[in-house]
Amino acid sequence: MNIINFTPISAIIGGMIIGLAVVIFFLFKGRLVGISGIAANVLSEKKNKFDNLLFLLGLVIGPIIYSVFTKQVISITISNSLILLICAGLLVGIGTRIGGGCTSGHGISGIGRFSLRSIVATVTFMVVGILTVLIKNFV
Amino acid sequence: MNKLISLISGTIFGIGLVVSQMINPEKVLGFLDLFGNWDPSLAFVMIGALIVSSPLFHLIKNKEKPLFAEKFNYSNNKEINNELVIGSALFGAGWGLGGLCPGPAISSIALLNINSIIFVVAMFIGFYLAKFFKLSI
Repeated sequence: MNIINFTPISAIIGGMIIGLAVVIFFLFKGRLVGISGIAANVLSEKKNKFDNLLFLLGLVIGPIIYSVFTKQVISITISNSLILLICAGLLVGIGTRIGGGCTSGHGISGIGRFSLRSIVATVTFMVVGILTVLIKNFV
Repeated sequence: MNKLISLISGTIFGIGLVVSQMINPEKVLGFLDLFGNWDPSLAFVMIGALIVSSPLFHLIKNKEKPLFAEKFNYSNNKEINNELVIGSALFGAGWGLGGLCPGPAISSIALLNINSIIFVVAMFIGFYLAKFFKLSI
């Protein structure tokens, strides 16, 4: 194992900003942020539909505001493989609904209140994610 | 005002994803490449989020009610079952393939990157398909 590209300061600060967003949502609305649930419910449920849609809209506005204020261009590196993107998207969509949460719902909101269920989910998706990358590097 | 909170919270979350660089799938894949070239940043993002959220969750949930709602509304499901583990494993496989999870994927729509839009569309189809899988587990 080599450690590369490690950015601890921006990671901690960015993480605290994410924590603040989750706390605001809980303090004012009494709901815990789980993005897979919020996104899926926009399609399937009438309850909180507009609320959920506004949260998703915020997720998209966030990077735009960041770019405008810092005058920085946000660049990402993402796979170009259509088949990989579609398989990954389907697995993430199906898996988070069956497992009842994703990195935010289980990883932050769940672990944040010491839910054993969320700890089991988070360890599971991290271990499988690590194994998937390991296998991908071999192929 | 209640509705505005959703927008504000989502916006702050999206800014956090950019500052932490978790909007970039390469950073996430770096974290998952534990046995290769490992980038521990994602663990520090979770620590940062938990330092803020964990103590405040505890204080807030002891209040009588949230500021803009009649009551607290969150799942207190404690069940650890096949669905939890199988679903999380499927999610982990997809996460490891693309380096994208729901939050960063949706935020990256802002960058008008066609590849992340393809992922998001597939993810929403997955949300829809999940109900057919649930019945068979």
